[in-house]
Amino acid sequence: MNNLYWVALCSIWRKEVTRFLRIWVQTLVPPVITMSLYFIIFGSMMGNRIGQMNGVSYMQFIVPGLIMMSVITNAYSNVCSSFFSAKFQHNIEELLVAPVPTHIIILGYVGGGIARGILIGCIVTIVSLFFVSFTVHSWWVILCTLLMTATLFSLAGLLNALFAKTFDDISLIPTFVLTPLTYLGGVFYSLSLLPPVWQLVSTFNPIVYMISGFRYGFLGIYDVSLWMTYLILAIFITLFYAFAWYLIEKGKGLRN
Amino acid sequence: MSNSALQITDLYKRYPNGVEALKGLNLTVEQGDFYALLGPNGAGKSTSIGIISSLVTKTSGKVTIFGYDLDTQLVHAKRQIGLVPQEFNFNPFETVLQIVVNQAGYYGITRREATHRAEKYLRRLDLWEKRDSRARMLSGGMKRRLMIARALIHEPKLLILDEPTAGVDIELRRSMWDFLRDLNQQGITIILTTHYLEEAEMLCRHIGIINHGELIENTSMRNLLAKMQSETFIFDFIPTDEKPQLTGYNATLVDVGVLEVDVKRNQGLNQLFELFAQQGIKILSMRNKANRLEELFVHLVTDNQGATNE
Repeated sequence: MNNLYWVALCSIWRKEVTRFLRIWVQTLVPPVITMSLYFIIFGSMMGNRIGQMNGVSYMQFIVPGLIMMSVITNAYSNVCSSFFSAKFQHNIEELLVAPVPTHIIILGYVGGGIARGILIGCIVTIVSLFFVSFTVHSWWVILCTLLMTATLFSLAGLLNALFAKTFDDISLIPTFVLTPLTYLGGVFYSLSLLPPVWQLVSTFNPIVYMISGFRYGFLGIYDVSLWMTYLILAIFITLFYAFAWYLIEKGKGLRN
Repeated sequence: MSNSALQITDLYKRYPNGVEALKGLNLTVEQGDFYALLGPNGAGKSTSIGIISSLVTKTSGKVTIFGYDLDTQLVHAKRQIGLVPQEFNFNPFETVLQIVVNQAGYYGITRREATHRAEKYLRRLDLWEKRDSRARMLSGGMKRRLMIARALIHEPKLLILDEPTAGVDIELRRSMWDFLRDLNQQGITIILTTHYLEEAEMLCRHIGIINHGELIENTSMRNLLAKMQSETFIFDFIPTDEKPQLTGYNATLVDVGVLEVDVKRNQGLNQLFELFAQQGIKILSMRNKANRLEELFVHLVTDNQGATNE
């Protein structure tokens, strides 16, 4: 039985990876172009005038945040669009009629989101090398934060897809929730620059913790404690996973 | 282990909008059978198939597949079933081979074995040459065959086909019939829903008719056809000056040289041909007015409709 589940998991994961590689012009190229523009405009052109941030150059400061931003948006949109398309075209039924447990369905789709998130993260990192030298404070922190964040936002994308009834529904959350939270999550600034009230408000933004943790991995500087980052990530991953499992088991948007 | 391929007991389905699609459906399909599940649109056929294949959640009742309870032994039950749905439900951007091999993976079949089986079934269904084509580029008939290949890739013991030949041309339909007969002879139990009653009559040994969420008939094809009280035949004959006189038969001259005659079961055709011969009428050809199962189906469903209304 374990072999059945393992083969099923690999099949879903391979299908997901094949999907985003097949449409690489839509999935891999745009984030690279967008992030290159950020590097040029905010890093090179404006960054020189801004000077240092928390003891490092502005370019060095924003690179981890921009990598994390691309990981978040790509992990999210991969699972969201793929799962919703499968629902819309009814090919999700291929999985529902098969003896594939809900855990495997979630892990397969989330695995696809993680793969795309990490691949994009690597490509953006390589692009950033054209603008700034590469420094690593802790590989472990980078890898853990990257993996947990990609997992969390893949799960969030899955939840969005489960609730979505139209293609409009899968663009609402990224536009009105994800993008504002990411931009206000400390990608371009240190929280210490904010007035105390806004610093407090920012602590309610979970993306602050992820960007802070990721930046710590590269530069050794942070806005919030590293353990807080992992705690927040672990809590949200657990909650989102449990919720996604419950919805699929109940057949929300999948079964009549 | 049960001898039944499928056993449905007291199956109820009420949708959130209040529609009661199934009202205590009881149905048994024996192993190795070729079973036709018929009924008018909205009768509950697709809901039943949806519940059996886990795409629809039942309100209450029990379903077992080769003895495996759908509630308590879901994984085992699902492994026995191959489903060919009515609508195309594959990813149109994947290739034929990817669709079939991925589906095998969901049943725990390794990629090597899946590729081997995919070749076997795609060749049998004349799709091997199209293995690298995107599914959306296939013709309607090819798409139907792709869904059959996908349903067979894990070698199920029970194959459920929901209107598999809808929109398929006659030549292809007949080749699919041969293929399905062949599968059944290999021991695969087949449940077929169709609106082509000729198809059901040609292929199936047993038949169930659902109407308003209930099984109104469940018998062998032979027994069902034996229930026919009369059949209507159309005769083409060389026109004569006088209208044929067929005493004892309900006959109508529908056109010049075309006669429609209701023949009761106890009357037979010999007597009718004698009457034609006595009057010097030369018959050119004869045919059924409609498929005989179709006549019976309409009769049964109409009767049930009347009983429900009362």
